[in-house]
Amino acid sequence: MTKLEAVIQPSKFDAVKDALLEIGVEGMTVSEVRGHGRQKGHTEFYRGREYTVDVLPKVKIETVLPDRLVNQAVQAISNAARTGKIGDGKIFLSHVDEAVRIRNDERGETAL
Amino acid sequence: MWLLRKFVPMAAVVILTGSLAAQALSSGPDTTVSADRIAQLQQQVADARSAGDNAWMLVSAALVLMMTGPGLALFYGGLVRKKNVLATMMQSFAMMAVITVLWALVSYSLCFGAGNSFIGGLSHTFLRGVGAQPDTDYAATIPLQTFMVYQLMFAIITPALISGAFAERMKFSAMLLFMSLWSLFVYSPMAHMVWGKGGLLNASLGGRFPTLDFAGGTVVHITSGVSALICALYLGRRVGYPREPMPPHSVVISFIGACLLWVGWFGFNAGSALSAGSLATSAFVATHFGAAAAAIGWMLAEWIRNGKPSALGGISGCVAGLVAITPAAGFVGPMSALTIGLIAGVVCYIMVAVVKARLGYDDSLDAFGVHGVGGTIGALLTGVFATKLVNPIFKNANGSALPSGMMDGNFHQIGNQLVAVVIAIVLAVVGTAFILKLVDLMIGLRVSAEHEVEGLDLTQHGEEGYTWEPSLP
Repeated sequence: MTKLEAVIQPSKFDAVKDALLEIGVEGMTVSEVRGHGRQKGHTEFYRGREYTVDVLPKVKIETVLPDRLVNQAVQAISNAARTGKIGDGKIFLSHVDEAVRIRNDERGETAL
Repeated sequence: MWLLRKFVPMAAVVILTGSLAAQALSSGPDTTVSADRIAQLQQQVADARSAGDNAWMLVSAALVLMMTGPGLALFYGGLVRKKNVLATMMQSFAMMAVITVLWALVSYSLCFGAGNSFIGGLSHTFLRGVGAQPDTDYAATIPLQTFMVYQLMFAIITPALISGAFAERMKFSAMLLFMSLWSLFVYSPMAHMVWGKGGLLNASLGGRFPTLDFAGGTVVHITSGVSALICALYLGRRVGYPREPMPPHSVVISFIGACLLWVGWFGFNAGSALSAGSLATSAFVATHFGAAAAAIGWMLAEWIRNGKPSALGGISGCVAGLVAITPAAGFVGPMSALTIGLIAGVVCYIMVAVVKARLGYDDSLDAFGVHGVGGTIGALLTGVFATKLVNPIFKNANGSALPSGMMDGNFHQIGNQLVAVVIAIVLAVVGTAFILKLVDLMIGLRVSAEHEVEGLDLTQHGEEGYTWEPSLP
């Protein structure tokens, strides 16, 4: 089992969510985060004082997948989230030791 | 319409008195009943005239209180960081409670009781003698109690304005003590000098340096604004200022507060006519125009300097204009009001956005930049733009109007305005420095650096302003 973390532009979230559903990914955890890679921020003015905002709003999608779906998921997310400009985001993959369904204590891939 | 309202009561008296006289002459020699009846009818006519004035004045008092709560509370509250929002609002709210009690016990008497040129006496402590009867020196058509409660609302908002300078770092207990002493020893003398019987600067009651200050440019804005500067200098900068960004946590909240201030200011300025007639209208109009022009002035200055006009700039501008028009409201015409507003908007913007940064002091919410500077501009420009055509306040022995300001050809008045400005500044500086030192020695003014970083809402009040996620304790 593989954990997939994708940090994407908030405006691309709907497209990415739909793309994941289409390939059979049924569970995900979504959070609103802030961050930046190489993307620069913007400046705001309050009463003449300049503030540089360089931590920008992003959306993070976390989902744990059976290994056979991982490549498809990465493709789906990338295609849906890509604009071609700096700030599109990143996908990270890591190995998961175990998954447990709380309702009935199922383990392993069937718990996903 | 206003013609009718003015003359119907007079006509009523004439007709009623005439018919009574006719009745008395025709029915017999019992004239004492008629004299009593005439007195009774005269009282009813006076009551009818007072009803309009008193209704307006009570509404005005409510409007001015609204300026403090929630107007100023929201305006200041939105400008601070989230962790200090409640503490900031409490600094205004506490004044609504504490100053009221002080006023009832002693401050009203110190401001408006007969005394000397600098301070009132103790004849009205515990509000003795303040009842339904008007005091003709102050306002002949409304109960003295109305006048008292109206003035109370001014006494409440004036110290609350100072809190902008020491936002996010003052102890609540020290603030309460400081404000109480400030109200007694800085506000009361200034209010007495400008508005009290025998006051040195009183234009209506024969002061030595008659100052035109319709609603408190000197009494409210210069005193609080300059005191704010002293507080900012004495307390020092916030931890992390100016390197750490401290943008307003909610310009939306400040926006709401500013609009409440604008509307409430009609009570502040137009209510200072102490009657519901054409002078109140004139002050109302001048107030509104001053605010509008200043908002435009500030936004234009920002547009030119930063490329974009901000919402915060718009509302800051309108407040600056309202401050500047405060002393002038009942003395200047609408076009002068636009001019005063425009000047205040631009100058206060420069003060806040350029001068403050250069000089490096942390007047957190620009109490000095807007109220101190705006009030000074307004007080001096009142000497320029005041005209007897709007308000014939100076009269000669025959009762004809004398020139008011420079526009009428009275070049002397701006000198009087300057005297009042200087007195206000000196009183504020000396009084505030002294009281700050005293309170600091007694209980300490500033919270610890740790408490400041943690936030005043938690450390001073044990609360959080926003608990959006109650599921996470």
